[in-house]
Amino acid sequence: MKGTSLERIFYPLLGLVLVVSLWQLVCILWKMPTAVLPTPLDVAFAIQKNWVTLFIEGWITLKASLCGFALALILGIPLAVGVALFPRLNLMFYPILIALQSVPKVALAPILLVWLGIGIESKLAIAWLVAFFPIIVDTSAGLQSTPKELLELARSLRSSRWQTFIMVQFPAALPFIVTGAKVAVTLAVIGAVIGEFVGSSEGLGFLLLSATSQINTALAFASLFALSIMGMLAYLLVVFVEKLLSPWLPPDNHNH
Amino acid sequence: MAYGIITNARKVFAQNQLANGAKQDLVALDDASFEFEQGEIVSLLGPSGCGKTTLLRIIAGLLPRTSGEVSIGGKKIDGPYEDYGFIFQSPGLMPWRTVIDNVLFPMDILKTNDAKAKARAMDLLHLVGLKGFEKTRPHQLSGGMQQRVSLCRALIHKPKLLLMDEPFGALDELTRMEMNDLLLSIRKETKAAVLFVTHSISEAIYLADKVLVFSKRPARIALSMTIHLGTTRSHLTRFSNEFMQAERRASEALGIVKPEFQVNS
Repeated sequence: MKGTSLERIFYPLLGLVLVVSLWQLVCILWKMPTAVLPTPLDVAFAIQKNWVTLFIEGWITLKASLCGFALALILGIPLAVGVALFPRLNLMFYPILIALQSVPKVALAPILLVWLGIGIESKLAIAWLVAFFPIIVDTSAGLQSTPKELLELARSLRSSRWQTFIMVQFPAALPFIVTGAKVAVTLAVIGAVIGEFVGSSEGLGFLLLSATSQINTALAFASLFALSIMGMLAYLLVVFVEKLLSPWLPPDNHNH
Repeated sequence: MAYGIITNARKVFAQNQLANGAKQDLVALDDASFEFEQGEIVSLLGPSGCGKTTLLRIIAGLLPRTSGEVSIGGKKIDGPYEDYGFIFQSPGLMPWRTVIDNVLFPMDILKTNDAKAKARAMDLLHLVGLKGFEKTRPHQLSGGMQQRVSLCRALIHKPKLLLMDEPFGALDELTRMEMNDLLLSIRKETKAAVLFVTHSISEAIYLADKVLVFSKRPARIALSMTIHLGTTRSHLTRFSNEFMQAERRASEALGIVKPEFQVNS
């Protein structure tokens, strides 16, 4: 990135103003009906009028996404460790994991709904399912790409398997795990919204769906806006944890 | 009896031959035998990929040998042991540890990371000229400084033997010369024996009491040459007659200079 800090604030803002103005201009010039494309002002009013609802429904969706994401971490990391460190487990389960990864998880949503019913469980399950695989794949990749000389150094000191794992392999894999988590947390939000699309009576996904069915497009846009803010917050949470965990990473490594 | 005795060490890697589908073995090291004393620096000199690193890793017990014997300090070697420090071509520091914690890593593994170890780590960092960098992260150091840290890490548990695998190969010429002098002063300090793998002829001679020149694969010891340059060396030594003679003999053994073209012999 280049430019002074003032330029770095000014130009993105200018870009935003330009895009929003263009949007407004399109609405005026083509006389778009609000039901098809609300003007930015309509959306802003919708946000202002419904912000309590957006906040409450947003919290419900966020809760489901973060719980699904947390569950994906809790189950995914140990499984990846097992697969990465024990060749027999790897031979047994890695092919299955790869095969399962190619299943479009979203397509499982109706089935999960049948199993778990309408409620937080099915949403959480879908969020977990889509977040699970990037964590597994990146964690095991990280554990398998420990620098060779570090492993040899540990071996030359007759380090036990546990010592090597705790002191060498796991810390070396942390940047990979964080990268996986960044992808996973965004996917978890998508998963939760899809859960709400398929069958739910609350959450931003539900709000969006019911707004469009009432042809309240401005409210649908407002929900969309709330969703992207939420996705960004979830992502920032992971970035914050990353900075906390690994102050040793050089700055340009933070987003590889 | 010599401190280190290597007798007929041989390493054969099983390898697939693609042309006819049949398996053909790759002889990486062919019957290497040599001895070295405590406090002696022995350079293992040879072309890249000639098997000298294989020999070093066999001596470290990191790689099983196909046949032959290795004995260090009177003990037969069949796996890693605590009496040596290994230094790799890349510094191999852990980015999540500070400089001093990198130096103390072996003590963590050996479960002897106490106040005494910390004091020793400080002394070593002082010795290699890194005083004041204890709390620095490795990525903030230059390549030469990182290799100094790696040297301290190899010395922290007071090994009697240093195994160095082209440790200064990635450094620029001037830094490398500095590191050579550092190694010589460390040898005086610690009295450790050093096995030093390199493909630089002048580095091999400058450091060593003895140079072993390896032939191309399968690696055989083509020449074992004792270096009589005394224990105090400076870069002026590089221009002495003795040094140049040694360079010429090593070059001949490596096949770079043909003996018949010699003007005066």
